[in-house]
Amino acid sequence: MESTAQQPIVTMISGPVVKARPAHRFSMNEMVEVGDERLVGEIIDLDKDLATIQVYEDTTGLRPGADVYAKGLPLYVELGPGLMGEIFDGVQRPLEILRGKWGDFIRRGKTGTALPRDKVWQFTPSVRPGAMVLPGEILGELPESHLITHRIMVPPGVQGTLEHIVPKGDYTLDDVIAVIRSPSDKIHELKLFHRWPVRKIRPYRERLIPSEPLITGQRVIDTFFPLARGGTAGIPGGFGTGKTVAQHQLSKWADADIVVYIGCGERGNEMTGVLVDLPKLLDPRTQRPLIERTILIANTSDMPVAAREASIYTGVTIAEYYRDMGYDVALMADSTSRWAEALREISGRLEEMPAEEGFPAYLASRLAAFYERAGQVVSLSGKKGSVTLIGAVSPPGGDFSEPVTMHTKRFVQCFWALDKELASARYFPAINYLQSYSVYISAVEPWWTEKVGNTWRTLREKTINILQEDSRLQNIVKLLGEEALPDDQKRIIEGARLIKNDFLQQGALDPVDTYAGPEKQFLLLDVILHFIERLADVVKARIPLFRAMELPVVAEIHRLKFTQRGDDPGPFKSIKEQIDKEINALLHRQDSL
Amino acid sequence: MKGILEYIGLDRISGPLVVISGVRGVGFGEIVEIVPSDGLSRQGRILSISEDVAVVEVFEGTSGLAQPTTRVRFLGRPFEIIVSKEEVLGRIFDGLGRPLDGGPVPFRGERRNINGLPINPVARAYPQDFIQTGISAIDGMNTLVRGQKLPIFSGSGLPHNDLATQIVRQARLLTEDEGFAVIFGAMGVRHDEAESFRRSFEKSGVLKNVAMFLNLADDPTVERLITPRIALTVAEYLAFEQGMHVLVILTDMTNYCEALREVATSKGEVPSRKGYPGYLYSDLASIYERAGHIIDKQGSITQIAILTMPDDDITHPIPDLTGYITEGQIVLDRSLAQRGIYPPINVLPSLSRLMSDGIGEGRTRKDHANLASQLYAAYAHARQVQRLASIIGEEDLSATDKLYLTFARKFHDRFLQQGADENRTITRTLELGGELVMFLPEQELTRLKPEEIDQYGRIKRLAVSH
Ligand SMILES: Nc1ncnc2c1ncn2[C@@H]1O[C@H](COP(=O)(O)OP(=O)(O)O)[C@@H](O)[C@H]1O
Ligand SMILES: [Mg+2]
Repeated sequence: MESTAQQPIVTMISGPVVKARPAHRFSMNEMVEVGDERLVGEIIDLDKDLATIQVYEDTTGLRPGADVYAKGLPLYVELGPGLMGEIFDGVQRPLEILRGKWGDFIRRGKTGTALPRDKVWQFTPSVRPGAMVLPGEILGELPESHLITHRIMVPPGVQGTLEHIVPKGDYTLDDVIAVIRSPSDKIHELKLFHRWPVRKIRPYRERLIPSEPLITGQRVIDTFFPLARGGTAGIPGGFGTGKTVAQHQLSKWADADIVVYIGCGERGNEMTGVLVDLPKLLDPRTQRPLIERTILIANTSDMPVAAREASIYTGVTIAEYYRDMGYDVALMADSTSRWAEALREISGRLEEMPAEEGFPAYLASRLAAFYERAGQVVSLSGKKGSVTLIGAVSPPGGDFSEPVTMHTKRFVQCFWALDKELASARYFPAINYLQSYSVYISAVEPWWTEKVGNTWRTLREKTINILQEDSRLQNIVKLLGEEALPDDQKRIIEGARLIKNDFLQQGALDPVDTYAGPEKQFLLLDVILHFIERLADVVKARIPLFRAMELPVVAEIHRLKFTQRGDDPGPFKSIKEQIDKEINALLHRQDSL
Repeated sequence: MKGILEYIGLDRISGPLVVISGVRGVGFGEIVEIVPSDGLSRQGRILSISEDVAVVEVFEGTSGLAQPTTRVRFLGRPFEIIVSKEEVLGRIFDGLGRPLDGGPVPFRGERRNINGLPINPVARAYPQDFIQTGISAIDGMNTLVRGQKLPIFSGSGLPHNDLATQIVRQARLLTEDEGFAVIFGAMGVRHDEAESFRRSFEKSGVLKNVAMFLNLADDPTVERLITPRIALTVAEYLAFEQGMHVLVILTDMTNYCEALREVATSKGEVPSRKGYPGYLYSDLASIYERAGHIIDKQGSITQIAILTMPDDDITHPIPDLTGYITEGQIVLDRSLAQRGIYPPINVLPSLSRLMSDGIGEGRTRKDHANLASQLYAAYAHARQVQRLASIIGEEDLSATDKLYLTFARKFHDRFLQQGADENRTITRTLELGGELVMFLPEQELTRLKPEEIDQYGRIKRLAVSH
């Protein structure tokens, strides 16, 4: 055999799929570099002679015979300080640095490290030399942003005696900050960062059952289809129904400690929008710019498709890393359908047997495995943290019976179905309240009852009853018109209209309405229901309903969501009193006629 | 350096593809010249390459090629064109960028790969400069901004070309003449359509600022895969190197997608919906995403792609995937057109995703967003009432619903309807919108603030209703 036979070479190129031989030089999921430009790729299939590589960059000009370099590691991310507030592509290339290097357009090839090596961090150790340390144990901390204290942990899989740890001081990522001798006498030199393979879930001690709501400040979600910390949610909807705005709203207002936002195969300008907005918006709890708690992953639709497939894993691995420090992390993926399509494209080039609509048969198991990475856990260090996963789904033709939506529905606990008809009337958020659901309602009920209002449950149920009754009546209205209904049924229609316009509908662009805390949600709904209940008296007194709907207080109710933030219950209380006063006056006038 | 390699003989010819074996030293995606024995060379591109076999798509098609005698030259570079301002503007080219106007082949400019490169998201500047098109349904309810990609979803026989040329004529008025260019990319359009575009550019005096790349209906199908990329490569150069505001018109994207399907089918690929390849989304994105603004650069690319929805079906993969990528869509409606309404824009499925940043105080008018939202809500309800009226008759409608019927009529006749040369100012458009909503009772105007209702003339409305 010639000596060059050992150097692996490219044998075939078809878009992002490249074959190389000899296969025995690689291991499954190993990272490789291809050709003179050292394009980054990953081994995704090995057979007798040939290895299949998924290349994360454009392969134009690559030739058979080009060298392939095995890196000896699976596809990984760097986990350490320097992630917060940054924007990376799907394989964790820092986009700001790329811009500095190449200008406004993304080129290909080697780029240096994901995390900055020259930046200095002020590390404070919290363990003494000589201690026995276990995987995941916290060795010390450093301020990463104004909002986030970064806890330096022993990487999973490493344990032993702490032979050495540096004193409090300034360190860079290249400095060794601790030395651990394992029971088998192996020496581990630890730095402020470590690497972790993206396709492998990070270990934890114990999984908890989600029971605390993740407040999003979006009324229809929090009050009707609540999300729990460590839970999962899917947002399916055709184009223009509001998936991205919903994800942006959640990334702005969700009361998580940290947000990971993945733009997966979507528009470049949407990432730009986030980059423009987040530094300007303040976290309602901490009054710090939201960007300080946010990490962005952008693999837009025009960027290489294989890196799009990886972007989801890059994001969720980073989320798990902060979870392990004890943070509540919320991850938005917009859109999981683009990720699934990337799978399909690569599978097609591998000439695998397709299942439904050309998707590979493993689509369902990959989706399941992704959502399985959500959860509230006790981490290896004993801290409670969570990863909440919220995935947008983009069904072709808006048809929810397609494979990605169907499978997602099986694996998520909240389903926020977006409705084309609502969106075309510019009724937002266009969440269809008859099709949507959340399994966390009873889990979060104690929280609402204790913290917000003890009538939360009845309030919620009454509202839902009205909405359901309304949708039944609307079928009649469609055929016969509203005039055909008796007044007690008209009351339901009018009541539902108030709920829809003054509670469910929420303007993302209005400076006040964009965020509604739990108190405001409760108070507002309480006012609206009070009015609907008093309408029953009007009906009983045989007063035409429209007279009640013309009362001045109705306009006051309309205005509440735009004017009140909910920290003061006073205005809500006085509107309730005004409702009573005006309705009583109406009834009284009728009596005296 | 990579040299030119030449081989003789084709192993296989299948649809637009040829297979050549024994090929060495050739790269993926590179350009190939196919020279049949009659000598008239064609161009192609490498779709996949292994140690001994290259699969090539031939842009001009394979008809007439003979297996043993055809020569194949591998040029060792991707598809490139020469871009420049002087040698390209005011000219007409074919779908592969070769002059059709008898002028010289551009040679003095810069050579660029037509596939372009993705814009780094951190380098983008968020588009927010309002473009007045003079068309109420667009300016008032689906506002176009500079750097946006806003396609027209049409159907065969609908006046999308008239609408597009009206936009070109009227929209440029708000920009400085010298910094403005129109790049027109035609894929599979009829000769007379291309000609009417040319004439309309000529009539409005912009022809010297226009470059046309024409792949006509009887031109080779596979060539259509190249045409939009050439157009956009030129546009990028003009926008980001020359600081010009460029409007790119691409028509008809449906023909483009069909060409893509044809090649995919010949390769024996696994199709996804309706026979289109699974990567149609990514492929379209590599075209549509080539629009926008870049931080610290003066120019911009605004993209108006036109597509005809097969069977007027908006859920067909072509409009569907387009809508998933572009920043909204203007949807034309056959029933409006049949009622004689021009432009027959159905505002309900139409959308401009960048509208909210392009309008409001200092750009259009403070109340613009709420007014538009109110018009949407009212029109959506009015359409339901129209449906109801067709079941129970107008007389049995409630008093309020009768007003909605009036609203719908006025909306069609006064707001939507306008002349093909009528250039309405944004002020006039908003005025019309304000008048329209005042046909409805005040309780119905839930999207408006009380002061806005005052502004549109509460007094006048009361006077009318009493
Ligand atoms: N909550 C909201 N408030 C106001 N406008 C919204 C809201 N949600 C969506 N929109 C409007 O709808 C448009 C499309 O929403 P988007 O989230 O981009 O849809 P999708 O991601 O489903 O295609 C936005 O550009 C915006 O104009
Ligand atoms: Mg979206």
